[in-house]
Formats: sequence, structure tokens, C-alpha cells
Amino acid sequence: MEEVATNRQGTSAASPKAEKAGASSAVKLALRLLGVGPLLILILLVAVISQLTPYFLEPVNISNILSQTAVIAIVAIGQQLVILTRGIDLSVGANLALATVVGGLVFRVADSSPLVMLAILASATLVGAINGVVYVYGRLPHPFIVTLATLSICRALELAIGHTTMRGMPAWVSAIGGSDTFGVPNSFLVVAAVALTALVLTKAMVWGRWVYAVGGNPEAALEMGIPVKGVLVSTYVISGFCVGVGAVVLAGRTGASSPLYGNLLELDTIASVIIGGASFLGGRGHFGHALIGAVMIGVIRNALNLLSVDVFFQMIAIGLIIVVAVEADVLRSRLEARARSLQTAATQ
Amino acid sequence: MNAVLEVRNAEKRFGAVQALRRVSLSAYRGEVLALLGDNGAGKSTLVKCVSGVYALDGGEILLDGEATAIHSPAAARRAGIETVYQDLALFDNLTPAQNFYCGREIAFPSWLPRGLRLLSGRRMDREAAQVLDQLRVRLPSLDAPVALMSGGQRQAISVARAAVFARKVVILDEPTAALGVRESRKVLDLIAQLREVGHAIILITHNLEHVVELADRAIVLRQGRKVGELKPDRANQKDLVALIVGAEA
Repeated sequence: MEEVATNRQGTSAASPKAEKAGASSAVKLALRLLGVGPLLILILLVAVISQLTPYFLEPVNISNILSQTAVIAIVAIGQQLVILTRGIDLSVGANLALATVVGGLVFRVADSSPLVMLAILASATLVGAINGVVYVYGRLPHPFIVTLATLSICRALELAIGHTTMRGMPAWVSAIGGSDTFGVPNSFLVVAAVALTALVLTKAMVWGRWVYAVGGNPEAALEMGIPVKGVLVSTYVISGFCVGVGAVVLAGRTGASSPLYGNLLELDTIASVIIGGASFLGGRGHFGHALIGAVMIGVIRNALNLLSVDVFFQMIAIGLIIVVAVEADVLRSRLEARARSLQTAATQ
Repeated sequence: MNAVLEVRNAEKRFGAVQALRRVSLSAYRGEVLALLGDNGAGKSTLVKCVSGVYALDGGEILLDGEATAIHSPAAARRAGIETVYQDLALFDNLTPAQNFYCGREIAFPSWLPRGLRLLSGRRMDREAAQVLDQLRVRLPSLDAPVALMSGGQRQAISVARAAVFARKVVILDEPTAALGVRESRKVLDLIAQLREVGHAIILITHNLEHVVELADRAIVLRQGRKVGELKPDRANQKDLVALIVGAEA
């Protein structure tokens, strides 16, 4: 907001119209700053932390952060799609655990990488599809409830069929989660692949435009002949698929499956999306926001670990950042309203 | 000249309320038809039946003389009827060009299902810019989301979008209700341009000044009935008011 103030003073001698133009460009500058804000904060964070603890920038630690962040990032990209349509997917954590348990059970029967991966992906995608279908065709007012229900059902199911942690995953799954290629963690490559797919889906394809339209104005989307129901269901299916990919990576990294996996993953992924700078109100944001947010959470956790700060403070830190991010979202819509009224004034 | 749009004996009920009672109207190319009436007279209901939001309970809609069933807004648009709703139906998060083509994106290849096609973004940007230029709509930026634009600019985008895709009829529901004098002026000029192009225009408004200035014909509804049809001018403005409120002139 400082630019606005200085700009006003700077142009106080000029005509009112010039002053308005100045105010308008100041508002636009502020909006642009708000847009790159999360990335700036992340860079600042890395700079400060690397001063505090030099170990932070060691390749081993960076690689550590990347593989720890991978699961959150992958699932957050799916969550981002759902949030773009003004929705939410609370079931991702439970869904992920159920998928690993299903994979673990299949592994007991057959030590086959393709089969286990297929089982994990199918299980998670099916839960996503159920979320979408029940939400849309059950005519629920909001996906909160149905995804809360599947959260509960998935947690119960995985305890019923999985009981406890099962050791062992087939070779490829372990490689995807735990190995490197030329020093780059494979899980990071999976994140890159998911992000690239999300980029094509949302920015290059008609479907992506529809996702933004549905998030921006659902009623208008219907009036413009967009298949709103199909778009909504598809975002939950894709969110489920992303959970499946995340489940493969986590099961691979740990070489195990467990009904306890993915605890609070829904909160981490929602936080990633919001911290990264996407709007919780829908229609604004892209996978980059989810990635930035996920890395920011990873960096904060890692740094506080390195500095031996109590785990409770990590949660407080992330909570505070969420508040800041949501406030930034509010500030953005205010600035937009201001830009609009300045436009009106300029045309009068 | 034949009517491009004809509504015959339209009937519409909402529960116990009879919203439309045997209302008929015709719209012609190159003509602005004003639809007048007090709140609750049935204007919006009638328009929503034509634009596919509601289904008629009785009567029929003819396009170029052929009875046409209009089941949905999408069907109305396919039939060549574009509607500019009061809420504008704009996507705040999209740019003007993206708004223009939303739901009918130019994309390829055509053998793929619509949603899976790839957007021809540049072509859409270029064509939208051309249309806006033709209609003399000035916008601060074609790259910014329409959330950043003024009421008049947003209205102009919505009207221009309708103008591009309409092949027969453009319906405007209170297009100047939320605008200041200068911005209203621009929208009225825009409507006059649409008439020149040869569209049939149906204009809902409460502003009789605008009706007298722009409309070639006016139809007055009261309590779901058509109570009058005349050619509005300065001289019969009072008659129009009397028809609208139901008092003897």
C-alpha cells in the first residue's frame, strides 16, 4: 500500500485525472506484487534460513525437502483443481492411506509393480469419482460434507482391511518413491510430470478454460452451455488420481502401506493452495501456486527441524502463514474493487 | 417483412401464479422492440422463456416461421438467440476475449471431444479485439480480467459478446440499470449499432426516455397480459405510462 501513498503525494500538484491514472497504476502494481508475493516470500524465506543454518542449502538437505514435499505437492495440484471450481476435497489424506493399504494387500498376493500401482491408482481415483458423483448428482450444496463422509469411510475401511502397517512394496514402486535419477529424486520427477500435465490440462485445453469459468461464475457457465456437472465431477476424479500418484510415491518411499498414512494431508494440501496464492473463493490460481505453497510448507518444516524448534511451533508457524495468505486474498479482492471504481471514474 | 421471432399465446404458471396469459409478440430484423411493464408484469418471465431458461406451459415460439422448441439456454443460443442478462453472465476471472468465447471456444482438432481440444488462444484474442474495435468499445486492457473493469465496460463486453454470436435475436434485460449517464449513453449507441447490423433486438427497460429514443415499437405487459402495443414517441409517452401502471390516460 506504500506505493499508493507516495504516488498520491507525488501527483498532488497534477490534475485530478492524472492523479486518478496514477492511483490506478499504483493499484495495478499492488495487485501484481500480490500475485508474485508468495514466490517472493519463499525466496526470502530460503535466504533467511540459509543464513541461520548453512546446512539448509546442502544438496542432501535440498533433496530431502524435495522428496518430503513431493506427496503434498502432487496431491495439492489435484486439490488446486477442485478449489478452482469453488470446491474442496477433504478426503485426500484418508483416500491416500486407503490406496496404499489396497496396494499393500495386492502386494501380498502378487509381487507385481504394475499390478500394485494400478490397484493404488484405481482405488484412489474411484474414491475421487464417488466424491464427484455424489456431490454433483446428489445435488449437494457443497462438497465439504461428501468429502468429509468419504474421509471417514476411507479411514474406517483401511483400518478394517489393513489393520496395521504392512511392510514391502514391489521394486518399481520403491524406486519411484525412494531412488534418484542422476542425483534428482524420482519423486521430484513425478511432481514435475504431474505439474506439466496440470499445465496442459488447465492452460491449453478447453476443459481447463471451463474449470476457470465454473469457478468464476457457475450460473453463467451453465448459461453459456458449459457442461458444468461433467466439469465438476472430472475435477474430483483428477484429485483422486493425484492422490493415487501421491500414494505410489509415499508407499515407495517408505516401502510400506499403512492406514495411518496421510494424516492431515487434506489440511496440508489446502494450506499449500492458499499459501501459494490461489483464491479460496474459486476461479483464480494455478498449479504453480500449489507447488509454491507445498515447497513453502516443506521448507518451513525442514528449517524448524534443523533449528530444533518444537513441532508445535511448526504448526503455529504454518497456521500464521495461512492467515496471512487469506488476508492477502481479501486484500486482492479489495484492490480489484478499487481498480474497478477508478475505471468508472476515468470513463465519466 | 416476416418476423424472425414470433411468440404465440405464451402461457406460464408458477404454482398458483399465472405469470403469462396468452402473450404474443413478433420481432423483426433491424428493429428494436421495447418490452415494458411494472415489476412483476411478466417481462422477465417472457424473456426467459424465449432464452431457454423456462419452458412454456402453453403457446409456441417460432423462429423464421418455424415452431422451435427451446429447452435450454444453450439451445436458444444454437438457434441464434443471444441474451444479455441483468447480471451480465461475465466471468470476472477471465479476460474479455476469454469471456467472449467461453463455452464456444475456438479449438482443435475437431475429432476430439469438445473439452479435450486445444485452445486457439491467439485467434480468439485477435477476433475479439476486432469485434470490440468494430463496435467502438474501448477497454483499458485486453489482457486484464474483467473484474478490473468498470460497470459500463463490463456491460459493453457482455453486449458485444451477444452481438458476435447472435444470428437472429439479441435480448437485453435492463442493460443500463446499473450505469451512470455517460456509460448508459455508450450502451445505447451500441444497441443502435446492433440494429444497423440487422439483428432483431428485444429491450427490457424501465427508462422511458431510452424507449422513446431507441425503440421502434413497444409492447406493454401488465399482470401477465399484453395490454398494449404502440410506436413510442414524445407525444404518447404519457399513454405508455398509463398502460404500464394501468391508469386511464
